[in-house]
Amino acid sequence: MEIKNHNFSQPLTSLPDDLSLTPMDWRLLNAFQKSFPLVPEPFAQMGMELGISEAEVIKRLERLHKNGVVSRVGVVLRTGRLGVSTLAAVEVEGDDLERVAKVVNSFTEVNHNYERENSLNLWFVVTARTEERLMEVLTEIESQSGSPVYMMPMEENYHIDLGFPIH
Amino acid sequence: MRIVNKKEADLLAAIQGGFPLTSRPFQEIGREIGLSEADVIASLADLTQSGIIKRIGIIVRHRELGFKANAMVVWDIPDNMVTVIGRRVGEMDFVTLCYRRRRSLPRWPYNLYCMIHGRERSEVLENLATLESCCGLEEVSKQVLFSQRRFKQQGAGYFPKRVSSNQFASK
Repeated sequence: MEIKNHNFSQPLTSLPDDLSLTPMDWRLLNAFQKSFPLVPEPFAQMGMELGISEAEVIKRLERLHKNGVVSRVGVVLRTGRLGVSTLAAVEVEGDDLERVAKVVNSFTEVNHNYERENSLNLWFVVTARTEERLMEVLTEIESQSGSPVYMMPMEENYHIDLGFPIH
Repeated sequence: MRIVNKKEADLLAAIQGGFPLTSRPFQEIGREIGLSEADVIASLADLTQSGIIKRIGIIVRHRELGFKANAMVVWDIPDNMVTVIGRRVGEMDFVTLCYRRRRSLPRWPYNLYCMIHGRERSEVLENLATLESCCGLEEVSKQVLFSQRRFKQQGAGYFPKRVSSNQFASK
């Protein structure tokens, strides 16, 4: 017989609007970062495992997506299997950083772009379908930023991604 | 290595923004690209099996979860030792990424890269100290690059919607 822990869940109406997470949110996030059920009704299956309804699973995911905690429910592709990709960095004067960051962001091939504490202070990842397109993007960024772009392509992966354990 | 066929490329394009949060998400995706629900599920399982999909699930943003500090830490490690050390670093539970990368000489001599997340800067530095003593890296030349502003963070855009798939040969 299946025992449902309804006590763990709070009524939908009491879900906070801000970033705070309920214990059920933590359970949901920890349980399904890597083992999303590949069945016709995955959210119902997840609800069954958590002891809540399908509607509540969906409601919680919608809320977590809306407040930015969840980027998406979907797939993470293995870098380097499809297309070509590199980490790259450029040194930018402080007062020019926002302009150059916008230039970098303007390419759909750029998926991460961070300011970091170093003399090389703008770091981004470029992923393109071909080597030619990758170099084209880097060259264009170099010419629009006016500084050399350094590239550090991945050569070996030492980390198996199992999602992020949240304690 | 495995080539992604047209059907799979259409599928990956359709789901790169995430699954619809509805009762039958795979049926909905299938309808969009002309596949049955069962085909979508089988195809996702197969892409996972062959290693093209790394994982399927909820993708969280660390910052919004309260892990506000993150540092990329890079070391310059002799080439003949980097694989052994890299594997050890990649196993630490607070490390979320660990790669060997090509050096960008002469400016940037570092070849081992990892990402450490924490709620506070101090937590990241404590974890880093643990990592260095576990992996024997105390004396190795390194840089710690805490992140400041995040200008962009999204999944990799490999798949423009509806393009021919024969360009997606993996290397």
